[in-house]
Amino acid sequence: MTEKVIVSFENVSYTYPGSGKFALKGINLEVIEGEWLAVLGANGSGKSTLARHFNALLVPTQGACLVGGSDTRTVEGQRFAREMAAIVFQNPENQIVAAIVEEDVAFGPENLGVPPEEIKRRVERALKETGLTDLAGKPTYALSGGQKQRLAVAGAIAMQPPCLVLDEATSMLDPSGRQELQQVLWRLHSEGMTLVSITHRMEEILRCDRCVVLNGGSIVWEGSPLVLFRDEDQRLGQWGLEIPPLVAVWKGLVESGIISGEAPPVLEEMVSALCP
Amino acid sequence: MRFLNHLTLGQYVPTGSVVHKTDPRAKILATLSILTGVFLADQWQVFALWAAFLTIVVVMSRLPLSMVLRTARPVIFLVVFTAVIHLLFSQGTPIFRFGILKVTEEGLRMAFKMGSRLFLLVIFAGTLTLTTSPTELADGLEHLLSPLKPLGFPAHEMAMMMTIAIRFIPTLLDETDRIMKAQLARGADLDSGGIIKRLRAFIPVLVPLFVIVFQRAEELAIAMESRNYKGGAGRTRMNPLVWRSRDSVAFLTVLVVTVFLVFLNSRMSLV
Repeated sequence: MTEKVIVSFENVSYTYPGSGKFALKGINLEVIEGEWLAVLGANGSGKSTLARHFNALLVPTQGACLVGGSDTRTVEGQRFAREMAAIVFQNPENQIVAAIVEEDVAFGPENLGVPPEEIKRRVERALKETGLTDLAGKPTYALSGGQKQRLAVAGAIAMQPPCLVLDEATSMLDPSGRQELQQVLWRLHSEGMTLVSITHRMEEILRCDRCVVLNGGSIVWEGSPLVLFRDEDQRLGQWGLEIPPLVAVWKGLVESGIISGEAPPVLEEMVSALCP
Repeated sequence: MRFLNHLTLGQYVPTGSVVHKTDPRAKILATLSILTGVFLADQWQVFALWAAFLTIVVVMSRLPLSMVLRTARPVIFLVVFTAVIHLLFSQGTPIFRFGILKVTEEGLRMAFKMGSRLFLLVIFAGTLTLTTSPTELADGLEHLLSPLKPLGFPAHEMAMMMTIAIRFIPTLLDETDRIMKAQLARGADLDSGGIIKRLRAFIPVLVPLFVIVFQRAEELAIAMESRNYKGGAGRTRMNPLVWRSRDSVAFLTVLVVTVFLVFLNSRMSLV
């Protein structure tokens, strides 16, 4: 089976108006349908700028960004990109438009001109996927942070985009809120949705298929999370990143010869490796 | 959410009642009709009948009466103030005096009339917002104002602004509360002194609030654009408004009640 490229950045550079500096520089990146890609980087590395190229909120000043094969520099391409990729932003509070949960989920499909019956079906499904069915009629201000961010995800997936981009979507959530959102993402990914997680939290990329590291607006590393965690050339620190404590403990145990092998990505696997 | 405990105006409370299910356009038109009627009323018997009508509507809406009455809380000061001013400063036949102040028969009548009128106006408007979700309200207004679209009136934009404003009221109140607490923690004194001093003390609260509002507005605009919002053209609705016969019945009933009470009021004024 050939892999289908869903989003492709071809030598993309971007400069914000009025700024002489490149926010993105010569980005070449392909996102494959169905994969979970993580984009890592410290603050100011260009992650959010990259995220906004996915659905044509920003268009490259140089190079081209093709979403579903369509160039986002054209009007048609922009329209298409909005349907292909949905973005969930950092602050859930600033993405919620309506005062009632289900009405907010319906906002995207309504903008797309979807017929009423189909909107209802999509809203119901999106609420179920995100575990918000019981809160459908509740006012949005009454939700917790985690619930608000799940609502933002529900609003995004109700537009049925093949690709969902999460721009630091967990950074304002408490641990339980993060956990809730991660579970929703795992489920969506297992159902075949293409996910792009943009984050600086290394522990969130444990389950990703592939990750790229951005530094100073350029891609400086690309590969699997496990290889990145090995940090063989000790560059994570330079990029403003650090390996999760769990992996650090594992590395320490391996280095001191207590155990051997690669760092297993999750706690349960690690425990069973240590205490067989 | 401390402020929210005192704020009911503009908050929808779904009960699934027949009043809730009525088309928002019918409810808006009915409320306008009622407000006109209450404005024209000046006989106490007519006010009593309006209050009785209000009670019927509230019972049909299955909302607790206390909750509906609470919508008047933000304006209770205004109601009392208006009543007292009229009570003490109207010309006419004095009933009794305290020094330079005198209560006249006309003053008493005016105080009752203005107080009841204001109170009923607010409660009827409050009942509309308690039984109609902000989105329905905005949809209703958009539809009612859409005949003005060819004249360049931005009906959709106005409705969207209203939806967002209502959505952000609790958020911004919460934000204000947070900033006030932060300033209090840093030694700001917001509660003492005269009105000028208090207003000046509020500036350190207002400045960050404005900055936050603009930041939020920008982020929200980006999020809306990202969710494919391009204005009203080509939009559909999850719950499109459908005018049913029961909506006509509801509106006509209110219209008949209004006409009857206005007529009754004018007859009684002549006597």
